[in-house]
Amino acid sequence: MKEFAQSALETARVRGATYADVRVMDIRQRFISTKNGQAAQVRESQSVGMGIRVIADGAWGFASTEDLTCASADAAAAKAVEIAKASALCKKHDVNLAPEQRVVDQWQGPCRIDPFSVPVSTCLDLMLKVDAELRRVAGVTLAECAMDFRHIDQLFLSSIGSEIRQVKTQTGAGYSATSFAGNEIQRRSYPNSFGGQYQTRGYELIEELDLVGNAPRIAEEAAALHACDQCPAGVMDIILSGSQLGLQIHESIGHPIELDRVLGDEANYAGMSFLTLEKLNQLQYAAPIVNVVADATVQHGSGLGTFAYDDEGVPAQCTPIIKDGRFVGYLSSRESAASVGQARSSGAMRAEGWNRIPLIRMTNVSILPGTWRLEDLMADTKDAIYMETNRSWSIDDRRYNFQFGTEIGWEIKNGKKTRMLKNPSYGGITTEFWNSCDAICGPEEWTLWGTPNCGKGQPMQTMGTGHGAAPARFRNVQVGVAYQQ
Amino acid sequence: MVGAGLVPARRGHEGCPYSRDTRSMLNRKLADELFEKVLKYSTADETEAYIASTSYSLTRFANNTIHQNMAEEDLNLSVRAVVDHRTARATSNKLDEASIREMCEAAQALARLQRPDQELLRMPGPQTYRAVERCDPETAELSPRARAETVKQVIRRAEKDQLTAAGVFSSGKVAQALYNSRRLCAYHEESVSEFSVTMLADTGSGWAKKTGQRYQTLDPMSLADSAAAKALRSRDPKEIQPGRYTVILEPSAVMDLLGFMLLDFGGLAVLEQRSCLTGREKQKVFGGNIQIRDDGFHPSQSGAPFDGEGIPRHRVTLVENGVVENLVYARQTAHKMGKEPTGHGFQLPNEMGEAPLNIVMEGGRGTVEEMIRSTERGLLLTRLWYIREVDPYQKLLTGMTRDGTFFIENGEIQYGVKNLRFNQSLIEMLNHVEMMSAPQRAAGEESIEMVVPAMKVGEFNFSSTTKF
Repeated sequence: MKEFAQSALETARVRGATYADVRVMDIRQRFISTKNGQAAQVRESQSVGMGIRVIADGAWGFASTEDLTCASADAAAAKAVEIAKASALCKKHDVNLAPEQRVVDQWQGPCRIDPFSVPVSTCLDLMLKVDAELRRVAGVTLAECAMDFRHIDQLFLSSIGSEIRQVKTQTGAGYSATSFAGNEIQRRSYPNSFGGQYQTRGYELIEELDLVGNAPRIAEEAAALHACDQCPAGVMDIILSGSQLGLQIHESIGHPIELDRVLGDEANYAGMSFLTLEKLNQLQYAAPIVNVVADATVQHGSGLGTFAYDDEGVPAQCTPIIKDGRFVGYLSSRESAASVGQARSSGAMRAEGWNRIPLIRMTNVSILPGTWRLEDLMADTKDAIYMETNRSWSIDDRRYNFQFGTEIGWEIKNGKKTRMLKNPSYGGITTEFWNSCDAICGPEEWTLWGTPNCGKGQPMQTMGTGHGAAPARFRNVQVGVAYQQ
Repeated sequence: MVGAGLVPARRGHEGCPYSRDTRSMLNRKLADELFEKVLKYSTADETEAYIASTSYSLTRFANNTIHQNMAEEDLNLSVRAVVDHRTARATSNKLDEASIREMCEAAQALARLQRPDQELLRMPGPQTYRAVERCDPETAELSPRARAETVKQVIRRAEKDQLTAAGVFSSGKVAQALYNSRRLCAYHEESVSEFSVTMLADTGSGWAKKTGQRYQTLDPMSLADSAAAKALRSRDPKEIQPGRYTVILEPSAVMDLLGFMLLDFGGLAVLEQRSCLTGREKQKVFGGNIQIRDDGFHPSQSGAPFDGEGIPRHRVTLVENGVVENLVYARQTAHKMGKEPTGHGFQLPNEMGEAPLNIVMEGGRGTVEEMIRSTERGLLLTRLWYIREVDPYQKLLTGMTRDGTFFIENGEIQYGVKNLRFNQSLIEMLNHVEMMSAPQRAAGEESIEMVVPAMKVGEFNFSSTTKF
């Protein structure tokens, strides 16, 4: 593994690269799903390969190969240099990288129970138990359950002499109950939509989720939604559940703080950002009670954005993003940090696999917990809608105008949770929304949620990101927007 | 753990001048050899092997410079085993003998862990496929330098108008082979290319994109001119009130919306009542001028002439005169529903069943210019963005306009407008189509390519605006 990676670095150097880094990865995945009492998918995959990134003639090139031999590694290195020299035909200035120290280290992510050691039959038995509970409820027309395990072993070498080996395990699980009746399809998911909850941990995550215990409630809610009132429309207060707030953070904080978007690198696809450079340390992004960090360290938790070093060999960091409501930090790379005069990268470069270049991606972008308990927050609330579990999400290409829909809502009247509501939706403008936050629940209700399917880049890359969040209240929000005609 | 693989004698790092590594590219001979090895190690009742290779390069630019530039090669083998009415799959790109044996054993072991499915059909036998020629060697081999030279010209075009260009130019080749132990054998290779460009003015933007099997058909300079013109014309956008407007949707916008209905035309989706067409088969759901079919052999289409099990793709009329005439069916779904398979199934095992992937929507004789001239008050939309489904049965979609949104009054484009959010039922929209152009191959960002017209639609619902 190391020998041909070193050979690739040497080939790149000989052919004119002034910088090079290599990632060799071995990615194993096991995916198991059930549907309406049957196993739907049982599959395993393994993908191994090497990618080399170079700067030559002052520009970037990248090439990859699945053939882990010195010959192919050298060929990929040579190709990367050829590509870099082609890039240089259009350069305006040489690529400049913020400095980093050489690192030699290895790291293993947290994992108490290796999910690949858990028999598939055990996983299937658990999922079919969940399935049985879901379909016991009249009105449930489709019960789906899935578990997803990944084992990622990566070796990083760079021309500054870094050598970093990182091994991590990721686990995800969840289910949904769908109910079709009349002219309506309703769905409830647990513990979250997008396939459930995901973290950088082992099977112990699944043991903690109480999948079977929550199934009856989820199924009953799916069936009951048909008879519920439509969520009303108007300007009103809302309380968002922790998982929904996690997605709100992802879309309206996590993405706009990616410095490559700010600088225009994603203009053709994922979009740009309203957080132009003069707003740093100036913009009142949110209410003063809001504090947000981008924290890849293990101390923050075992989120999908947890690691020891990013894919440029930069150590994991905790970067303040919003402090007392003020915007104070970006997610950056060595190149983007240098281009805006920052001394160091924030360590946010991550690649989907060995065949993709690293891009600035979210790590664990989390709101710090407040002080409320949810029951007290509801008791304090006169008139609001409590919304839970995301169903739809959309935001403009600079991250201002957003709209979300959730699976279920409840009306809160005079401090009490009253009628269940169907088809809740809300929308707004990012900074106006975050400035309307006036209460955040505390650590007991704070969870480090995992979003496994963030998309960015060309060619597109999917990345897992973490978002710590607790329920929170927002005032005077436009509700019911999606169904208003 | 990463395997060491074979380590041949080292050659000097200078090596010979870079020569393309052909190991990764699939051909029939390599596919045959790999399948023979699979058969050697598989003891399953039935065995299927899917082999795919990718050789792909993408040159990306932004801020009038090439900032990302990559190339990848990969070769994957995926083995599906059937053991006593149970099936599972194992996939890897490690293709040494030991790894192939491990893959076969893993697929069989996983299969044995499941409960038997008595409805699981035997694998299909040999099939006959219609020939499609979709591989252009020049496109497959286009060099980084050639792509960079084209991008340089596009950047010069941007700079001529003090614009900033961003986009991609990609090219490559994909190949796939599907074999099974009942002697089914299918093979397909295809070249791919894409050019997409966003032009940014200080307060305006424009976009254009094209894909195809031959890079020579992309015409990047025309795309650059189109995007530049929109960027310039959309400067200083005005804010308009949300509400219902007549809109003219360019083909990319139509395509990205229509993509949200693809899975709904699957038989299994209807059977499981998760489709917006559940209870609507054979009913007039759309306007009488809506004709949609799935046609993998249309000259502007892409993809293999077979599905995930190797069944030949059929042309299927999905919607005729607004009536939902047919769905598409994988073998298993067809068997459950008493229908004939149409060759649209996904690889087994899967939960979704099938979907049409080669949409062709009939159009009309209008042009976008005629649609504009005929519009008293409305909007011209270049593309739509971040489209998501709000309501699955109403097929209510939300999303934003982007990169070229213009207000039309009295038959003329008046000015650019700040982007708007829509909340619009696709079903309702297709009941308000007033005019259509001839269909063309369209490419967007939210769905797969389709052959669709531009269309003028009445009563399109915008719910809010944004700041740019």
